[in-house]
Amino acid sequence: MKYLIQNLLKTIPVFILISLIVFVLVRVTGDPVSLLLPETATDAERESLRESLGFNDPLYMQYLHYMSDVVRGDFGESLRYNTDALAIILERLPATLELAIASMIVAILIAIPLGILSAMKRNTFLDLFITGGAVLGKAMPSFWLGIMLILLLSVVFQIFPVSGRDSLMHLVLPAITLGTGIAAEMTRLIRSSMLEILGQDFVRTARSKGLREAVVVNIHAFRNALIPVVTIMALQTSTLIGGTLITETVFAWPGMGQLLVQAVNLRDMAVVQAATFLIAFFVILSNLLADLLYRLLDPRIKYN
Amino acid sequence: MNVVIEEKVTSNPNPVTKRMKKQAFRLLKSKTGMLGIIIVFFVTLMAVFAPVLAPFDPAKTNVVSRLLPPFWMEGGTTEYLLGTDNLGRDILSRIIYGSRISLMVGIAAVIVAGAIGMILGLIAGYYGKIFDFIIMRTVDSILAIPTILFMLIVLAVLGPSIPTLILVLGGTSWVTYARMVRSETLSVKERDYVRSAKAIGAKDFRIITKYILPNVISSFIVIATLNVATIIILEASLSFLGLGIQPPDVSWGLMLSDGRQYIATSWWVATFPGLAITITVLGVIFLGDWLRDELDPKMKD
Repeated sequence: MKYLIQNLLKTIPVFILISLIVFVLVRVTGDPVSLLLPETATDAERESLRESLGFNDPLYMQYLHYMSDVVRGDFGESLRYNTDALAIILERLPATLELAIASMIVAILIAIPLGILSAMKRNTFLDLFITGGAVLGKAMPSFWLGIMLILLLSVVFQIFPVSGRDSLMHLVLPAITLGTGIAAEMTRLIRSSMLEILGQDFVRTARSKGLREAVVVNIHAFRNALIPVVTIMALQTSTLIGGTLITETVFAWPGMGQLLVQAVNLRDMAVVQAATFLIAFFVILSNLLADLLYRLLDPRIKYN
Repeated sequence: MNVVIEEKVTSNPNPVTKRMKKQAFRLLKSKTGMLGIIIVFFVTLMAVFAPVLAPFDPAKTNVVSRLLPPFWMEGGTTEYLLGTDNLGRDILSRIIYGSRISLMVGIAAVIVAGAIGMILGLIAGYYGKIFDFIIMRTVDSILAIPTILFMLIVLAVLGPSIPTLILVLGGTSWVTYARMVRSETLSVKERDYVRSAKAIGAKDFRIITKYILPNVISSFIVIATLNVATIIILEASLSFLGLGIQPPDVSWGLMLSDGRQYIATSWWVATFPGLAITITVLGVIFLGDWLRDELDPKMKD
């Protein structure tokens, strides 16, 4: 408990820094007035808007105003939708969560069997094949993989739809696209984690008791090998969310990622800010959870 | 002990074929290093001699020869070996010129990232205390925002251009270096020879450059090489999303975003630039892995 509080306290400066980064990026470097007014606006009109929005105040006052809005969840109105920015994002969130969870499932289904197999058959051609595949998975840009999947499975063989989100069939290609990159990383992790565990005394004991290899590997070794994998994967939340930006754009998946890319292109900064804070919150939360999970799964780790 | 385990892990009972397989594996492993060097060398040549190698001006449009397929397909001509895109531009020439952007942006951004990461990592590790706190919390903050989102925001605010792109890619990628340099510095700092150097009155700058830096540099080179791969993909992603390289400059990522629209009718527009990215990145990763085995054996899995 004390540990949890300590870690929660540590996230406070991180949040403040993130708010400063976003504030500097959006408020100081760009001129919000020129975004809000038509190009034909006169200098006097610009000046009066600037005054009324408080942009002529000293910077620290602007920041304090800004933060008091942020803390209350008020990120301003979207330029494009003319409604509350946070509300628009929350509306798109389920689609992104659906994609993220499906991708994780794809990644797990690929990585666990391949990772174990490659560790068991270490230094064979099967191992070489799997580790080679993992490197390839890392080298391929995910949006190219997505386009190639569309080409093969939507254009040549018309099995899956090209884009949109109407049925479960629509989810398959985006989930494979996003899941493959994660699977590549995960396979490598499971392999090296398994190799480490398979060399330990308790595995030898299990073997010398005459247990079947399948029992040794699946029950004794795998459960222990999973500990570092689970935590490192939880730390991938940021990568996963970053991946949704690209995957959702390729497949026109109507989630937060696609919205965000559009908002950035339209300089719809209210939406961008709200999403950035929300994502940072998710990432920090999942890092905290990863840490706790690690301690929960492995009681040998001391709480200090 | 390792040998015993390996014999149990591998299911092959015949020791002779097993040894042969192992040797073949090792050969293949070093071969990936060679392959990496060859690919990187080839891509570099392509980038340097692009004006000589490319059959066409990469930005020259030709309405008559729009979306021509590669030469081996019906309707393709040997004039445009890999076909043309939606504006009739030669895909082969664009791929050749695209290697310039990929390598230039990749290497320049790694230099920026490496320099920032090295300096901040050394400061955080060597001086500790408030410096360490501020630098590491900044690292945490940057890690809490997905890299691609962070870069999109900065590029949207500052406007996309190649120098901005390099600074943004470098400005977000330094965290990996900073973390590594910091932790290495922390462990080297307490060694006896550093303590004795301090005891005889060596200045901080001398200790850092003469005693700590040489211990950090090999891991640094390995991370930097692998980082080139990551940055090439990031640049392509940003260009694909419309905030990276802008036309008329040529980028593989930009070519892919054209190709995405014509995928139903003209597969070649998206396929070849994607292959170019994958092969280049693969080459860089192979090179990086090989360097790691050579320079930094303790980083091996």
